[in-house]
Amino acid sequence: MNSMTSDGYITADGRQIGGKLMELKNITLRFGGVVAIKDISFDIRQGEIRAIIGPNGAGKSSMLNVVSGFYHPQDGEVWFKGSRRQPMKPHQVAGHGVARTFQNIALFDGMSVLDNIMTGRLNKMKAGFLSQAIWWGKAEREENENRAVVEQIIDFLEIQNIRKTPVGRLPYGLKKRVELARALAAEPQLLLLDEPMAGMNVEEKEDMSRFILDVNDEFGTTICLIEHDMGVVMDLSDRVVVMDYGRKIGDGTPDEVRNNQQVIDAYLGVAHD
Amino acid sequence: MDQLIFASEVMLNGLMTGVMYALVALGFVLIFKASGVFNYAQGVLALFAALTLVGIQNGQVPFAHLINAAFGTSLHHFGWTVPSVLAIALTALVMVGLAFLIEKLVLQHLVGQEPIILFMATIGMAYFLEGLGDVMWGADIKTLDVGLPQGISESIETVTDSWFGYGYFIDRLDIWATVIAALLVAALVAFAQYTKQGRAMRAVADDHQAALSVGISLRFIWVMVWSIAGFVALVAGIMWGTKSGVQFSLSLIALKALPVLMLGGFTSIPGAIVGGLIIGVGEKLFEFSIGPMVGGATENWFAYVLALLFLVFRPQGLFGERIIERV
Repeated sequence: MNSMTSDGYITADGRQIGGKLMELKNITLRFGGVVAIKDISFDIRQGEIRAIIGPNGAGKSSMLNVVSGFYHPQDGEVWFKGSRRQPMKPHQVAGHGVARTFQNIALFDGMSVLDNIMTGRLNKMKAGFLSQAIWWGKAEREENENRAVVEQIIDFLEIQNIRKTPVGRLPYGLKKRVELARALAAEPQLLLLDEPMAGMNVEEKEDMSRFILDVNDEFGTTICLIEHDMGVVMDLSDRVVVMDYGRKIGDGTPDEVRNNQQVIDAYLGVAHD
Repeated sequence: MDQLIFASEVMLNGLMTGVMYALVALGFVLIFKASGVFNYAQGVLALFAALTLVGIQNGQVPFAHLINAAFGTSLHHFGWTVPSVLAIALTALVMVGLAFLIEKLVLQHLVGQEPIILFMATIGMAYFLEGLGDVMWGADIKTLDVGLPQGISESIETVTDSWFGYGYFIDRLDIWATVIAALLVAALVAFAQYTKQGRAMRAVADDHQAALSVGISLRFIWVMVWSIAGFVALVAGIMWGTKSGVQFSLSLIALKALPVLMLGGFTSIPGAIVGGLIIGVGEKLFEFSIGPMVGGATENWFAYVLALLFLVFRPQGLFGERIIERV
């Protein structure tokens, strides 16, 4: 990251990264007396894969929840696409092009895989209420168009064989993939992944890593992810934010972060005397 | 032969009663589908709707007792009557308003809570609404007449008489209830299955967080669902109110909806209908055939015993979603 400018930079593998898509300025989040996030600032740039790492309880998920509107910080500003974002409800944030997955999978268990992914396209459906109910005119065309997009995503993530399966029946790894599919169905500009590989075996992790890279590559989606597996994080991400006890202790390329003394201390522990 | 014809008449009447049960059960299913909550207040909602309808129709002053006690006045009626259609429309508006209040005052504060907590909240709502209905419109039994035809249908009696030599005795109100219920169900099924609001509704029922993350407004869905449930309650209230008068025991018909739901499954709109019909027909036929042997009054318990059997052998009901959990 030698040539970091306000317009972007070139990654180690030669990809052009754009300007700031999202910027968090001096975010502080408290729950009663507990300070979950303390005065953190960082940005997410157009087209990059940004990771947030840190030990358990560092405030990573809280940070992601601030970005996706589930939590509202007491202090600080959230800037998205060049303008300051007013406090929004999560469903409004979703409507503005931010999609997410959850640490402990939040899918609609009673619905099929296909229906689950279709919910990701709810915001794209504009046909009138009546027209939808009697399945006629604009509604039919719209449903077909949305179905086509969803089928594409299903192919992309290689889950064709479980399209009609109720999600409740799927194994963990596939559920995670369906959740990713649903988030992608919304065609987000910013995709937030909360521990996309937690609880997976090596093979599943490799698959998921490949999908994340492919999403970024083929759709140009900006991705911000939280992950515990250091190896995965270092391989996937362009830049890494490191958090510890609600504070930011490092920010930079994987190599820079790896050699940061504070980060090493936080992960390996430090001798107190 | 006579026995058979009589049995078929009993069955037909059972079907009609079943439709009335199904009307109440429908309201439960809607809320359950949309929020995973068993809405204990559904019966009271029907009562409240019926009370409000009669009140508006007769130009009753709401909270008359309260106002009179506070200010020493003696208000009772505005002195006008409102035409049925307008009164029904106004009551529907009141039910939508009520849905807003329920969302604002109760549900909004319980986002992401366990279903049992929400269930407890609906018990509270039931008692509150019952009290509110009492204070607003008075506790006396009222007659409700919105112009639905009542009494025995003579044309059916003559036609069947000429066919079988036996005139079927069927209440015209029951026929109307069937037609209206059929329309209501068709509309609701189309809504739940094909509209994006319907899909959003199912999503909200499943997982609040996930629904939010795909851009569904919980608020909107809840207000919508409770409005629809209020409207279904209004229809049920009109039917039952016309049949047996608007009285506070109306809220107890909710209890009859329970076995209907266990049979049909809590999540299925068609299930509510089929369940209602089975219970309606079942209890009438049982009373007709077995009743005399055990001293009658089987209608009081038949439905519950049937529901119990279902709980043992098929807990998800006839049409309910099977609950699968991987461990």
